[in-house]
Amino acid sequence: MEFAELIKTPRVDSVVLHRPFYPAVEGTLCLTGHHLILSSRQDSTEELWLLHSNIDAIDKRFVGSLGTIIIKCKDFRIIQLDIPGMEECLNIASSIEALSTLDSITLMYPFFYRPMFEVIEDGWHSFLPEQEFELYSSATSEWRLSYINKEFAVCPSYPPIVIVPKSIDDEALRKVASFRHGGRFPVLSYYYKKNGMVIMRSGQPLTGTNGRRCKEDEKLINATLRAGKRGYIIDTRSLNVAQQARAKGGGFEQEAHYPQWRRIHKSIERYHVLQESLIKLVEACNDQTHNMDRWLSKLEASNWLTHVKEILTTACLAAQCIDREGASILIHGTEGTDSTLQVTSLAQIILDPRSRTIRGFEALVEREWLQAGHPFQQRCAQSAYCSSKQKWEAPVFLLFLDCVWQILRQFPCSFEFNERFLIVLFEHACASQFGTFLGNNEGERCKLKLQQKTMSLWSWVNRPSELSQFTNPLFEANNLVIWPSVAPQSLQLWEGIFLRWNRSSKYQDEAYEEMVNIIEYNKELQAKVNVLRRQLAELETEDRPRQSP
Amino acid sequence: MEHIRTTKVEQVKLLDRFSTSNKSLTGTLYLTATHLLFIDSHQKETWILHHHIASVEKLPLTTSGCPLLIQCKNFRTVHFIVPRERDCHDIYNSLLQLSKQAKYEDLYAFSYNPKQNDSERLQGWQLIDLAEEYKRMGVPNSNWQLSDANREYKICETYPRELYVPRIASKPIIVGSSKFRSKGRFPVLSYYHQDKEAAICRCSQPLSGFSARCLEDEHLLQAISKANPVNRYMYVVDTRPKLNAMANRAAGKGYENEDNYSNIRFQFVGIENIHVMRSSLQKLLEVNGTKGLCVSDFYSGLESSGWLRHIKAVMDAAIFLAKAIMVESASVLVHCSDGWDRTSQVCSLGSLLLDSYYRTVKGFMVLIEKDWISFGHKFSERSGHLDGDTKEVSPVFTQFLECVWHLTEQFPQAFEFNEAFLLQIHEHIHSCQFGNFLGNCQKEREELKLKEKTYSLWPFLLDDQKKYLNPLYNSKSQRFTVLDPNTVSFNFKFWRNMYHQFDRTLHPRQSVFNIVMHMNEQNKQLEEDIKDIESKIKQHRNKQTEDVLTKELLNSVHPESPVLKTSLCFKEQTLLPVNDALRTIEGSNPADNRYSDYAEEFSKSEPTVVSLEYGVARMTC
Repeated sequence: MEFAELIKTPRVDSVVLHRPFYPAVEGTLCLTGHHLILSSRQDSTEELWLLHSNIDAIDKRFVGSLGTIIIKCKDFRIIQLDIPGMEECLNIASSIEALSTLDSITLMYPFFYRPMFEVIEDGWHSFLPEQEFELYSSATSEWRLSYINKEFAVCPSYPPIVIVPKSIDDEALRKVASFRHGGRFPVLSYYYKKNGMVIMRSGQPLTGTNGRRCKEDEKLINATLRAGKRGYIIDTRSLNVAQQARAKGGGFEQEAHYPQWRRIHKSIERYHVLQESLIKLVEACNDQTHNMDRWLSKLEASNWLTHVKEILTTACLAAQCIDREGASILIHGTEGTDSTLQVTSLAQIILDPRSRTIRGFEALVEREWLQAGHPFQQRCAQSAYCSSKQKWEAPVFLLFLDCVWQILRQFPCSFEFNERFLIVLFEHACASQFGTFLGNNEGERCKLKLQQKTMSLWSWVNRPSELSQFTNPLFEANNLVIWPSVAPQSLQLWEGIFLRWNRSSKYQDEAYEEMVNIIEYNKELQAKVNVLRRQLAELETEDRPRQSP
Repeated sequence: MEHIRTTKVEQVKLLDRFSTSNKSLTGTLYLTATHLLFIDSHQKETWILHHHIASVEKLPLTTSGCPLLIQCKNFRTVHFIVPRERDCHDIYNSLLQLSKQAKYEDLYAFSYNPKQNDSERLQGWQLIDLAEEYKRMGVPNSNWQLSDANREYKICETYPRELYVPRIASKPIIVGSSKFRSKGRFPVLSYYHQDKEAAICRCSQPLSGFSARCLEDEHLLQAISKANPVNRYMYVVDTRPKLNAMANRAAGKGYENEDNYSNIRFQFVGIENIHVMRSSLQKLLEVNGTKGLCVSDFYSGLESSGWLRHIKAVMDAAIFLAKAIMVESASVLVHCSDGWDRTSQVCSLGSLLLDSYYRTVKGFMVLIEKDWISFGHKFSERSGHLDGDTKEVSPVFTQFLECVWHLTEQFPQAFEFNEAFLLQIHEHIHSCQFGNFLGNCQKEREELKLKEKTYSLWPFLLDDQKKYLNPLYNSKSQRFTVLDPNTVSFNFKFWRNMYHQFDRTLHPRQSVFNIVMHMNEQNKQLEEDIKDIESKIKQHRNKQTEDVLTKELLNSVHPESPVLKTSLCFKEQTLLPVNDALRTIEGSNPADNRYSDYAEEFSKSEPTVVSLEYGVARMTC
């Protein structure tokens, strides 16, 4: 098959592997179609299995005939392989390069992966739109499921089923779709049961320079308003950027045509600005020799935490409109596939206790990212190390996870999942044996027949044995809205991601273990006390009648 | 009190420090002899000790009243608006007087009365016994002895009476050396490492100028080397930047010339002086006090303040000490200029890395008592207890606490105490409520008769120990005998809980630490309960075996009653004290100010879009 042609040297002996915090390992290096494997053939040493798709960039250098390949991964890890023999080294390097940049999705590992575990629940069917809608339909009858996008014809990046106002028919939706960027007509993102307010999302309106309008569009979003109520439109672009978009046929909602809506512009960065930010941050974190001033200035110059703050602030604003103002909102940027989704999903984390559970968070990722058409394939094609920069690469999903982590840190008992869970989602969005994050939207996934040909990440994650690793021992459900602080003093660098390979977290991990032990022990003692009390009570009742027969 | 003209002002507003929309609480301001007290309409009390006040400022009059800005040494900042200017002026003047006392006797400690009798008071002062501590370290021994040279404070006024020196160093050598050292602070033992037989010694800079030398001083250093049977060379660590040390030579001071001393290895570690540290902290606080601070201003401010750079420098110096002892078994002599600021930081931190005892609650008190209090760190001058030279004020001890905090972050299981302990100590460095930190050296403290007139802080902290214990502490782990921290820059973080201690809106809304601490406590209680119930069950069983027959008979007659079942359920639910308070999220009450600030940000940046009557007015609730 094709892979064999790409693998010039499948196997080299006496290769030395260097990784952070592990002693060097000497062993045999093997290349397969999807993995780079290094095995010392000793039981005691862990083998290295690295997915080619996790490789972001490689460097090679030679000292005499000893070659060294430095492999930089999408999860920011850097490993080094010392390979004896120049030819072998060159062959390995070029094979890795070829295998890690395969064009065809169908050659990716998920299409070849056969799970070694028993599937208890098929993750592909865990979060069906119909089921999700049922959660709302008990509370409201103002919304309906529309199958208008069944063939992905109206909007290629939308799922086949969307939730729209009941009073708007499919014909009107078609017209609205032609007025919105990428056909992304406003759809329901979240229904807030407490007061019936909603979050909708869409692409930008195609007003252009001559101020085009679309009656159906106005009607659609007005249909979501209660009589006499106003709503907010949150445009994730600055007013300037939104105005410039008109020249390219895009634009924003004019006050005159949307008198019941107030528009708020926020400025969330996108594309290369985020990518640059990530590159700078990772570079700063990887250099241990920086003195304090240089480290702080590099951290600042990366602007990563500025982006985190901006996104969180916008999400808080959205949640505030809903919860405090009792107003519905429509959120969009340009395409409505990036910053829009960051805001809609984070607003739900803030508002909705369900999205802070493991299942609920998975449903959120499924609904607001995968089905909502965040182009994972494009955004995650490369990471912080790759030199060939494509304009559609951007750490949008990572920023979202970072924001969730910041809220998790501020409300450590309000989430059912722990940091580990977020890290695993990041890893699988980069490179995975599962099909979940393949493709850019449901339409592509459907064509690829992912459901039939690959395994869903959720099938694996939701197994009890896996879940236990991702469960936050401190979790105690609360139904409150959780308002995070967005002050710079309250935001932190996400060490679990960015310093993961740069410093040992041994002591922190042990402390975490100890904390878990204390909590487990507490449960154990409580159970024991309960049993004993019951025993005692039984004994006492046995005694009591004896005293007064 | 003669300074107080107005004791109560009503309708005073307390502004939210970080709110850009001037959110405020209205309440009543009371002025007492010791505290400024604000009680808001929710009956929440804010107590501010006069001694904690670092500065009081009257800002220009506004339409709503006269603003009074108070900054405290524990980093609390309060911003009042007093309706009438005259009241504001009175309070302002009173606070100026009350916060800066001229005499020690007017400090709070001399009037503070925790209702203890004299013998309890004395016991409290005897809690920390340094002679006992030197014994624990293993001195005196064949190489080190107690010297009575300073028994009457004749050689050095700022040293304690009891000093440990090499056994072979005779009194004339000590006296000679002390004359060659700034303020007579000659080399003495600070910490003795029993296993390595190596010592940390401390002193002040030599009066070497450009060429002066002193044979006795050279002898004393040699004696210190010789007191170490394992390694004959010793390190002399000058904690100052080289440039500063050189500049001192022009004033007849300076540093050791390696050629004049046998077997020394001289080393600068470059910690800046008290003035640099003071202005560094000032810059840091200015940046952090900014309303609507953006991320990049925060980090560039953190950088330009240099604060974390200084913290890292202190930590690196301490690591140098620990390594010299652990890796080379070499003794180290540490000094700076006078040997009471940087030297105290480095010696105490070095000992803390080497000796796990100092990482316990009691041990940490001992460490502070030894390297800071007894060796004459000028607490009263550094924290400005009295109205005096503001140029002597410097956060040297705060930096030490911060270094310890960084260690607790890197080694979460190595310390018996928690962050609250460090914060509480910091609180009392400035509070003047207890006698420990009053005065600048032991001699002065004796003259003030502190042990008779004031109380010691330590017994009160020990009584409250529960609050200060680290639930994750692992006292048994061998791995934590010597700490080897990693000082890569990214390991140093801004200590929010210190510098924003009172700015609750910036803190996480749920504390893992508190919950685990509480659970740990609860576990102990549960273990007790289990023992208790088990013994009761046993009693019952014993009773029952006495007449089995009756029991069997009765059992058949009386099946378990349903009433009993419900009562059982009830019991289980109220089994334990409910820790709801711990789990409560502060942000969820309507008085919370967090949510409104997101709105302010957009209303500020986009005034053109959000119309006044609709957007701003409504959004800020």
